[in-house]
Amino acid sequence: MGEALPVAGRERQRAVAQALRAFLPERAVLWQHEDTRPYECDGLTAYRQVPMVVALPETEAQVQEILRACHALQVPVVPRGAGTGLSGGALPPGDGVLLSLAKFMRILRVDPAARIAIVQPGVRNLAISDAAAPFGLYYAPDPSSQIACTIGGNVAENSGGVHCLKYGLTVHNVLRVRGYAADGEPLDFGAEALDAPGLDLLALVVGSEGMLAVVTEITVKLLPRPPAARVVMASFGDVQKAGDAVAAVIAAGLIPAGLEMMDRPATRAVEEFVGAGYDLEAAAILLAEADGLPEEVEDEIAQLCEVLTRAGATRLTVSRDEAERLRFWSGRKAAFPAMGRISPDYYCMDGTIPRKRLGEVLGFIGDMEKKYGLRCPNVFHAGDGNLHPLILFDANDAAELKRTEAFAAEVLEKCVAVGGTITGEHGVGVEKIDQMCAQFRDAELALFHAVKRAYDPAGLLNPGKAVPTLARCAEFGHRHVHAAAAAAHPGLPRF
Amino acid sequence: MPERLRERIREAAGRAAPLRLRGGGSKDFYGGAPRGEILDTREHAGIVSYEPTELVVTARCGTPLAELEDALAAHGQMLAFEPPHFGGAATVGGCVAAGLSGPRRAAAGALRDFVLGARLIDGSGRELAFGGQVMKNVAGYDVSRLLAGSLGVLGLIVEVSLKVLPRPAAERTLRLEMPQDKALEALSRWAGAGQPVSASAWRDGELSVRLSGAGRAVQAGAGKLGGEALEDAAAERFWSGIRDHTDPYFAGGAPLWRLSVPATAAPLDLAGAPLVEWGGALRWLRSGAEAATVRAAAARAGGHATLFRGGDKSAGVFAPLAPAIARLHRELKAAFDPAGVFNPGRLYPDF
Repeated sequence: MGEALPVAGRERQRAVAQALRAFLPERAVLWQHEDTRPYECDGLTAYRQVPMVVALPETEAQVQEILRACHALQVPVVPRGAGTGLSGGALPPGDGVLLSLAKFMRILRVDPAARIAIVQPGVRNLAISDAAAPFGLYYAPDPSSQIACTIGGNVAENSGGVHCLKYGLTVHNVLRVRGYAADGEPLDFGAEALDAPGLDLLALVVGSEGMLAVVTEITVKLLPRPPAARVVMASFGDVQKAGDAVAAVIAAGLIPAGLEMMDRPATRAVEEFVGAGYDLEAAAILLAEADGLPEEVEDEIAQLCEVLTRAGATRLTVSRDEAERLRFWSGRKAAFPAMGRISPDYYCMDGTIPRKRLGEVLGFIGDMEKKYGLRCPNVFHAGDGNLHPLILFDANDAAELKRTEAFAAEVLEKCVAVGGTITGEHGVGVEKIDQMCAQFRDAELALFHAVKRAYDPAGLLNPGKAVPTLARCAEFGHRHVHAAAAAAHPGLPRF
Repeated sequence: MPERLRERIREAAGRAAPLRLRGGGSKDFYGGAPRGEILDTREHAGIVSYEPTELVVTARCGTPLAELEDALAAHGQMLAFEPPHFGGAATVGGCVAAGLSGPRRAAAGALRDFVLGARLIDGSGRELAFGGQVMKNVAGYDVSRLLAGSLGVLGLIVEVSLKVLPRPAAERTLRLEMPQDKALEALSRWAGAGQPVSASAWRDGELSVRLSGAGRAVQAGAGKLGGEALEDAAAERFWSGIRDHTDPYFAGGAPLWRLSVPATAAPLDLAGAPLVEWGGALRWLRSGAEAATVRAAAARAGGHATLFRGGDKSAGVFAPLAPAIARLHRELKAAFDPAGVFNPGRLYPDF
């Protein structure tokens, strides 16, 4: 980490930088340590690797040239957006090129009649909605980090957000993706029409963690901004009841625009930080949002209140105005930075489970808190069954870090055991690559590798991420490798 | 049962003998001409699990689609993409393999949007599981969604998990007289204004629009749109006619083209009778026009054309792919089905 390259590495570095300088301006090729160092990690700071070379192209032609040059020299390439990812998906290759798409910041077209926007990958998620706002439109997926994360990164990870129960994930809101294969060949997936001929390669590239193609242009769907939205905060005396209430809402035929849950340790931490107005006596709170026409929202809020009361809610508070609605959500979105105030470090998990197992898994997490002597506040996308337990620890305490790793591993394996998954929206990256061995068998992993080879036979794009080798999984049974994570951008709202 | 299916596939792969994957045969007409020994999926049937509060149903490939939809309806839920049945025999496996969505597609999403997981037998006879039964899952490549619309060329879909949704509390179908260009304009305007339009069909100067959602939203929307309301039973018949192609528009032997274009594309300048769905994004055409002419018009509009039923399939059923995309198709086919056993020629002639 951070040391000077050995002589052979320096020669390689010079050769690669020179090859890129043949068509890139000086400022677009970084290789000196002080220039490449800022790229050594993404949002998962526990993994660091200074890249051999950083390339900062500004045009698609330059991206293509970079890929061609790297392909000719057989140099690995790792694409990167804003570097806010939480699974180390943009961890640079020490022997390769970090391809930053940060300069691809243009919104190329907003078409209000077609309700689409065509944007470059470095455009921030929230900037799309800002550009669409004058037309009464917005881009629906809203990861909590949306002020900083880029749409290119969202495509790579298939990002969600607090409204995806009703409005879907990135894959449901992207129409078309253009980009380049590892050898520089132009690729075009999807269409401005609702489907494209042949296999659905658009579905395959979304969430592929930068392993199949480098994306340079994205066409997203825009939705009309609902004229009204209100949120109800429901308090529960125990966590299990809150979990059951989520099922009761769905059983009543309601699909709230957002359905989120926080337990008391989480609300207490948040309340001190942003003063969201949460009920601190409740063991858990649910936030359920209704949106649509004003009369529709009124009806749905009434139904929600009835169902939640029947499910045992001890207190209901309905947002009276937009300011209060945003305040309720601000607490939810600030859960991550709030933890940063009460603990030196925190490890965020991203497992997803069937909703009906929520109580059981929460109980399990409670047992793990005792077993490992670590606190673990919980925030969830309850409607989706997507959990974000946050283990609080001190990374400087080696023993505590070890306990955190073991805690997280047990929780993720529990998620798989109850029929869920190790990652709902953050991606596998380098962080959860060993848990992939718990989720998939060799035959499926082998097929993933075959898919990768179809796109990138030389294995140059983001190598070593997302899909473990079979040899690694064979070893996994005997090892226990989990590096704990401390996140960068501690002030950034998350999840 | 999967063991028997695996055995059959291994055996066929050993002989390099093509297999024609078939459920109820309701979509035999679709795609390239089927060939190979029939592998009947209907024995492997049944709903494996259905949890209404999880919004997920898991069913085996041979399950009749009607049976699945009845089970959902009993709990006030539905397949929101409203898949066509094309007769009573459609199965869940065939439904997913064909990847077709019905009238609600523009509002609710396509079949592929609702696929959460699948079990697949690949060309080596291995049973593989992808995705799962949860709403969000980004572990590994999204292979289960890739299977939607793959026409069985990647393998036998043995089981699939689908997201389901509650049926809307209220629905109303309105009928308005207007020419095609005005209908396209109106549909675009309503969608942009957030009107709860869940289906639309324009043909022959008549636009039918279905509104779905909360009672008061449908009522308010109906007031804004105007037109004449259809009785519920008549509306039901009309939309199933559009979905299953039993509407008189689809009768007769003239070739049926399916053009998928941006919803805002102007009326297409092609000979033959159009029927417009999905707010303008789906244009059916009954026409004996040359394939090249139809495809060129679709491409100019930013979309593509499929020879959906009838006509001369020698010019290809599906729009030709760009060379780079065609190469990926061949490579993926080789990854899933190295011996080329599954449904050869059904999607594209070269694999």
